[in-house]
Amino acid sequence: MAELIVISTLNGILYGMLLFLLSSGLTVIFSMMGVLNFAHASFYMLGAFFGYQLTRWIGFWPAFVLAPLLVGAVGMAVERYGLRNTHKHGHVAELLLTFGLAFAIEEIVSMIWGRSPVDYRVPAVLDFPAFTVFSTNYPAYKIFMLVVSVVIFIALLVTLKKTRVGLIVQAALTHPSMVGHLGHNVGRVFMLVFGVGSALAGLAGVIAGPSLVTQSDMAALLGPILFVVIVFGGLGSLPGAFIASLLIGLIQTFAVALNGSLASLFGPLDPSLGASPLTDIWNVTIAQVAPILPYLLLVLVLIFRPMGLLGTRES
Amino acid sequence: MRKLIVAAAAALTVLGGAASAQETIKIGYIDPLSGGGASVGEGGLKTFQYLADELNAKGGILGHKVEIVPLDNKTNPQESLVQAQKAVDAGVHYITQGNGSSVGAALADFVTKHNSRNPGKEVLYFNYAAVDPSMTNEKCSYWHFRWDANSDIKMEALTNYMKGQPSIKKVYLINMDYSFGQSVRATARKMLGEKRPDVQVVGDELHPMLKVTDFSPYIAKIKASGADTVVTGNWGQDFALLLKAAADAGLKVNWYTYYAGGAGGPTAIKQAGLEGQVFQISEGIPNSGNKAAMDFEKDFRAKTGISVWYPRAVNEMRMFKAAAEKANSIDPVKVAAALEGMKFEVFDGGEGFIRKDDHQFFQPIYISSFGSLADKTKEPFDEENTGWGWRIVSKIDTAQTMLPTTCNMKRP
Repeated sequence: MAELIVISTLNGILYGMLLFLLSSGLTVIFSMMGVLNFAHASFYMLGAFFGYQLTRWIGFWPAFVLAPLLVGAVGMAVERYGLRNTHKHGHVAELLLTFGLAFAIEEIVSMIWGRSPVDYRVPAVLDFPAFTVFSTNYPAYKIFMLVVSVVIFIALLVTLKKTRVGLIVQAALTHPSMVGHLGHNVGRVFMLVFGVGSALAGLAGVIAGPSLVTQSDMAALLGPILFVVIVFGGLGSLPGAFIASLLIGLIQTFAVALNGSLASLFGPLDPSLGASPLTDIWNVTIAQVAPILPYLLLVLVLIFRPMGLLGTRES
Repeated sequence: MRKLIVAAAAALTVLGGAASAQETIKIGYIDPLSGGGASVGEGGLKTFQYLADELNAKGGILGHKVEIVPLDNKTNPQESLVQAQKAVDAGVHYITQGNGSSVGAALADFVTKHNSRNPGKEVLYFNYAAVDPSMTNEKCSYWHFRWDANSDIKMEALTNYMKGQPSIKKVYLINMDYSFGQSVRATARKMLGEKRPDVQVVGDELHPMLKVTDFSPYIAKIKASGADTVVTGNWGQDFALLLKAAADAGLKVNWYTYYAGGAGGPTAIKQAGLEGQVFQISEGIPNSGNKAAMDFEKDFRAKTGISVWYPRAVNEMRMFKAAAEKANSIDPVKVAAALEGMKFEVFDGGEGFIRKDDHQFFQPIYISSFGSLADKTKEPFDEENTGWGWRIVSKIDTAQTMLPTTCNMKRP
């Protein structure tokens, strides 16, 4: 049992940190521009595919640096030539733009790389068990993913809280016109933030690609969870996104590990009742409902605390 | 000059007329070509296209060319019905599908309804891999033919083999959460309980179908349960990723599987170092020792770059040709009648036949294990460049695969 708890905690934290890499960019972009970027998970997918392609051409480590930069550049271009032009037509137009973009990216990716998974492998230097807990090996690559996510988290926190750039970004979050009056180029700040947000998603893709599956529906698989994370954590709140990511990572992992069902809690239904839809519901295990738990959480949060865990405004 | 043109025009007309009389037989291939099932769907498509080319090279079926029409159903029953309708509208009279019994049941229902509403425009459904037993039992249809052994037959054979393995003490079941996975889980419990009452089922898991990208939480659970054997009906990426996670965690157990040989599976087994510990039940393997099948395998690999993963598809297409020739017609109604009870020498040798009562094809099946190949002349085929390949550990003759059916066939 102790083994299961330790391994599940590690897996949960790892998944949570990956979610955080993605949701941090999404939530900062949202609070700054008021736009929910539907294409955010697509940048994650682009990161994975760029990472795969560059790894084949020039090796994993250069790809690890270059692919997120490339995705960041794509993100900046989207902001500069797409969102900025649609901005004057209101939020709905911006929303639709990112929505369309998500589909376009998926189609383009499947046109270039096909619809089946590509062979994106863990680099040989990291392909060994890092340590053994009880009798389970923990792969070094997963530790690497964890370290990268933690480093990015600290770097992001320091940048936002301790540097001048962070100060301007924070100011632009709440008072964009005042920041503009003070002589800062708010447009450029937006573009950079969008670029950095996309690059973070790209980085998540590069490191998650070899460990999970790199294929053209990976954005669609992860996208919905991201919205749960940022709504749950509070729209626009970075610490909120952090807590929500970890919580959802842990909840999903532990839900899989648990065997409980209503039947095991209250005993099986009287067999004389016969098989009915009720017996099915009665015997469903927590593991089986694991995939829907985050969405259930989303609904509950929206009902009881619409601003989310650490959010400050309702929207 | 003018004469020449007239002659040419006349010749063209004749040729054109001949072409329309020799209408091509279109086979609608409805399987996933995108999403989580794409890797298996694409392998199946390559197989059917190769088989169509093989038939066409020998003059087609009764002089008609065979064409495979690929239709992407995203492993989704609703989408499959849309694609089936599209195929029928385009003049397709034969559809084939394999991946996902949820899809298979929907298609069987579709052809049954379509054929009762549109007499004279019948459509046949050739099923090469959807193995939910209900399709040849309570939900059987006259218009459906299945070339793969159904899940109960496979589990019967697997558990018969497991009965003779005293090292099995604790079994863990992990399956995909849909009709087929649920049926594997239920039969495994029932048959193991009958044949090996001493074996303990320490876990029984259903996970979302083709949606899980990281199986490590499930592997941690299997490990914690203390299981020495896992039984799974997982296929496609759900098998490959399950084994990949097992390899990462260093889980060393025996695996009794239906579809370990699918895309990505062999690579993951090699990576996990599970030599001789992964078993698969199938109607044939590349190193079967049957000369004709091995020659076919060699040519198939050279042309498509994948191994023959569907010997049953070969049986399906060759029997289709034989049935059409027996009926001397490509009319689906006559082909269906000819297929009923038909006997056939199967791809890997031995006789199989389609049981008239339920349209299930019975054939010899094999349990094989995956590991290094000692004799390269006898066992020349490895999988996915791993250097490892399949070796037969047990053969089950046609007569031993026959389970009773509850099908009450409604004949037209």
